[in-house]
Amino acid sequence: MNKIIVLFTFLLSCLASQPILAASSQLQLDPVDIDLSDKASLQRGARTFMNYCLSCHSASFMRYNRMGKDLGLSDEQVKDSLMFASEKVGDTMTVAMLPEDAKKWFGVIPPDLSVISRARGTEWLYSYFRRFYVDEGKMIGTNNLAFKDVSMPHVLWQQQGYLYKDNGGHLATASKGTMSADEYDMMARDLVNFLAYIGEPSKIQRLALGKWVLIYLALFFFVAYPLKKVFWEDIH
Amino acid sequence: MSLIDWVDARLPVSKFVKTHLSEYYAPRNFNFWYFFGSIALLILVLQIVTGIFLTMHYKPDTALAFASVEYIMRDVQWGWLIRYLHSTGASAFFVVIYLHMFRGLMYGSYKEPRELVWIFGMLIYVALMAEAFMGYLLPWGQMSFWGAQVIISLFGAIPYIGEGLALWIRGDFVVADATLNRFFAFHVIAVPLVLLGLVAAHIMALHEVGSNNPDGIDIKQTKDDNGIPLDGIAFHPYYSAKDLVGIIVFLFIFSLILFYMPEFGGWFLEKDNFIPANPLQTPEHIVPLWYFTPFYAILRAVPDKLFGVMAMGGAIVVLFLIPWLDRSPVKSIRYRGPLFRIALTIFTISFLALGYLGTQPATGLYTLLAQIFSVLYFAFFFLMPIYTSLDKDKPVPHRVTGK
Repeated sequence: MNKIIVLFTFLLSCLASQPILAASSQLQLDPVDIDLSDKASLQRGARTFMNYCLSCHSASFMRYNRMGKDLGLSDEQVKDSLMFASEKVGDTMTVAMLPEDAKKWFGVIPPDLSVISRARGTEWLYSYFRRFYVDEGKMIGTNNLAFKDVSMPHVLWQQQGYLYKDNGGHLATASKGTMSADEYDMMARDLVNFLAYIGEPSKIQRLALGKWVLIYLALFFFVAYPLKKVFWEDIH
Repeated sequence: MSLIDWVDARLPVSKFVKTHLSEYYAPRNFNFWYFFGSIALLILVLQIVTGIFLTMHYKPDTALAFASVEYIMRDVQWGWLIRYLHSTGASAFFVVIYLHMFRGLMYGSYKEPRELVWIFGMLIYVALMAEAFMGYLLPWGQMSFWGAQVIISLFGAIPYIGEGLALWIRGDFVVADATLNRFFAFHVIAVPLVLLGLVAAHIMALHEVGSNNPDGIDIKQTKDDNGIPLDGIAFHPYYSAKDLVGIIVFLFIFSLILFYMPEFGGWFLEKDNFIPANPLQTPEHIVPLWYFTPFYAILRAVPDKLFGVMAMGGAIVVLFLIPWLDRSPVKSIRYRGPLFRIALTIFTISFLALGYLGTQPATGLYTLLAQIFSVLYFAFFFLMPIYTSLDKDKPVPHRVTGK
């Protein structure tokens, strides 16, 4: 019996740790450290997001004031330094660009980023931000190793500088940016951390509540099990 | 006269409680496998209660559905918890139901006189699959849309009426607003009503004939002077106390998943379902949720679409027939001969393997393996009359062993 339970638990944990279908491209993704309790990182990520992403991409399920509350910012701070696209602090993060215009300019409508971290995965996003390279064959002049022929230009080129793809398919520096490689990685990590946060803002509550539920159930077990023992004393 | 007496004179409440709980005598030797019936009932209630709260904010409209789910996840107080309870509950329901069914196979719980218990159970299983399938369309993500598109198009394989039937089910030429609306109606009203009725019938039929047990012995054969089975104990308080322990352990594992890995690595909530449904963009792989994958693998193992659909349907239909396919006089695997034990092992491996293969691309080796395991799956049923009558069963004791 115990063997069956152990086996079952083992199988479950194997399943959970295995991706349901590996992406068909054999892309090696860069690991990224996601930490929703790191409010400084989330705030830096929010700044990057508001300055560089939220002009084309919306995050239309995410409200500014909710973000402020979770990131430890007051409504005034959010309004003064992070809100460029909306009037009211209770608004969701929408953009002014019309879908028709987007289609004309980029060929595609930039996707809403509310749950992009849950659709793409954080490692993919981190790899994506780090793997733009110069590609003269493309109209926008850049391409991406994680997302072939992507229509999005390398928005953070000033910070990262430009990379080029050598004959081995590896990326190397073509021109330096304003940031060192480590600084840029940090910026990308903070941005991915923020995207992970807006993907599921309630995750902070979820993780916080989870341990209390488990403790409650564990305590309940130590009441229920002796109770069962007492009832069953006269059986067998 | 007490209130209870007053009510009892008008409605047999006490009699009902006695018949089904305090004087329902269950065998005293239930083991781990007997927790899953009670747990399934708990999940049914959980799904109904969380479902009610979800419908208060969900919008069955293709333009609003995806956003309304995210609204529940963010803006509704405790909405994320209600939604995760419901989505994790759906997968937990199938885990529990599969274990419950496997228990029935191991201990011969479908055999006379419990054929109807098994039939009602199978009907519950089919209703549950319909419920889960239609519920999965509601978040209106890519997998919702394309999963429904693929499965409904299967009806198109039926000769003559197929295309018309698929059109009739969808209410449109593709999965669209009409489909979403009617699936919502079925998911929240029609199928739950059927499920509740079937569950009542399942339990009534069970309590009429009494529960089987790991020894597969009829405890009603040896009764004391009061007509109570010697090996029987009252469901309440004995099994209510015992099931409570099982339920707590279940809830612990359930909470672990709900709070710390609600997507369960993409198995409970698929990644692609976080992309809104887009009828113009087919996902690279359309993967049904894990609980359908064994049947999906059987479907794809057959090269012809119509025969594939028939094989998939047949894989479920044969389960209904098992009470009459099994010719052994012995119920429990404990006293069965080697043939049944081997057959059940092969069947279990085949089912799990098909479940895995259903999540993988149907190419080359995978298709071949799916074909082999499909044959083994069906062999378990079609050869059952032969190997169960040839099997060298062991003598069955008169009283339960208490193990």
